[in-house]
Amino acid sequence: MIAIVDYGMGNLRSALRGIEKVGGATRIIQSPREMIGARAIVLPGDGAFGQAMANLRAAGWVEPLKQACADGVPFLGICVGMQLLFETSEEMGRHDGLGILAGEVKRFPSGLKVPQMGWNQLHFQQSNPLLQNVPNDGYAYFVHSYYCAPRDPSITLATTDYGIDFASIVGRGNLWGTQFHPEKSQSVGLKILGNFVTMVGRNT
Amino acid sequence: MLAKRIIPCLDVHAGKVTRGVQFGKAEKGELRNVGDPVECARVYDAAGADELVFLDITASSEKREIFLDVVRAVADQVFIPFAVGGGVRSVEDYRAILLAGADKVAMNTAAVENPAMITDAAERFGAQCVVVAIDAKSEFGIQNSKFGNRKSKIENRKWQVYTHGARVPTGKDVVEWAREVEARGAGEILLTSIDRDGTRDGFEIELTRVVADAVTIPVIASGGAGRIEHFADAIIDGHASAVLAASLFHFGELTVAQVKEYLASRGVAVRR
Repeated sequence: MIAIVDYGMGNLRSALRGIEKVGGATRIIQSPREMIGARAIVLPGDGAFGQAMANLRAAGWVEPLKQACADGVPFLGICVGMQLLFETSEEMGRHDGLGILAGEVKRFPSGLKVPQMGWNQLHFQQSNPLLQNVPNDGYAYFVHSYYCAPRDPSITLATTDYGIDFASIVGRGNLWGTQFHPEKSQSVGLKILGNFVTMVGRNT
Repeated sequence: MLAKRIIPCLDVHAGKVTRGVQFGKAEKGELRNVGDPVECARVYDAAGADELVFLDITASSEKREIFLDVVRAVADQVFIPFAVGGGVRSVEDYRAILLAGADKVAMNTAAVENPAMITDAAERFGAQCVVVAIDAKSEFGIQNSKFGNRKSKIENRKWQVYTHGARVPTGKDVVEWAREVEARGAGEILLTSIDRDGTRDGFEIELTRVVADAVTIPVIASGGAGRIEHFADAIIDGHASAVLAASLFHFGELTVAQVKEYLASRGVAVRR
């Protein structure tokens, strides 16, 4: 069972439907206790970083999520759920994230339409099981005003060009993050979710 | 590179996709049924639509549940983003539509009557799902362009915001309103030219450009698509981030794929 973390941020049903479409069994979980027995964790999210962290803290998610990552439980952060993996964000002040990955979340430079809203390309930087049979330079659906700047470039699996080249997919071991919404990225996104589900299956 | 988006719009009346000519024809029965919303959505998805917009043109409270069922059914079967609009009056309406599976919610009249709702919705659900639809009507009709210097007339052109399905003038200037909705937290503007809607004379390029240039959030151009060239005009000259059309696609006169192929030939980045 793939646990989808409900912490009051965003459209969980989309993520759930996307994963189920590619054959994953899901459950929406509302407290860390429900993580017991989960084969994998998906942290979705829309909205503001600071609010998202406040919600995670209030419901006691921070340590259990860090522990799950440390234990190597397959983990996928989507959009804000990816950004939360990093140390800090400059969205509306300065907020600490989960700090599982080194780096910060920054606002796009001025002169661009912000949010970046729409389909943009994924340029692969290295091979990874998450990207198996996903076309390089394929399009995925993004909606965001801030981007992740990993301190360790080796975790960047794909970059996307929006004024700057930013990390659109990161990965380290069993932990992945996508800045775009795979559940809204048609065949490209469903393939990525399918690869995640396959890896979860292999892991058990 | 970020692709320009092609967005088919589906008007939904009593659970069916319909299309009238110009605003406000539902009451007069001047609507043609063109199909099942989920089936239409699937076809557009397969044809390469980047996003969909569903407008609830019934928007009466008793029919609301039927519409929410449509939203749920679409969300279950289509894996591209879609927005929903029509009759959104409150943050509770917002919540119900998002929970039904829509990615974005467009508000129009409610935003004008209660601009604080834009901020409320953006704070609660995130700016990414807050679309403000602006229905714009030219203050100076074509007839005025024969007076005086045409160039200065064009520079001075103004558009007024209309609400209630383009029936009620608000006294608000479109460009000022666009700036205000951005400042209040909207994530996107769906800009419809009332003068062009349903005419197939092309998008209103000047309107699109002045609004797109006045804000940093994306602007979707709407109203008037009639020929394939019009899509390129709205993007290249109108600076739109996305273009929306309804009847052209519904009646199969153009496919999304044809539009994208044409745009690519004009040097516009599209997802193919």
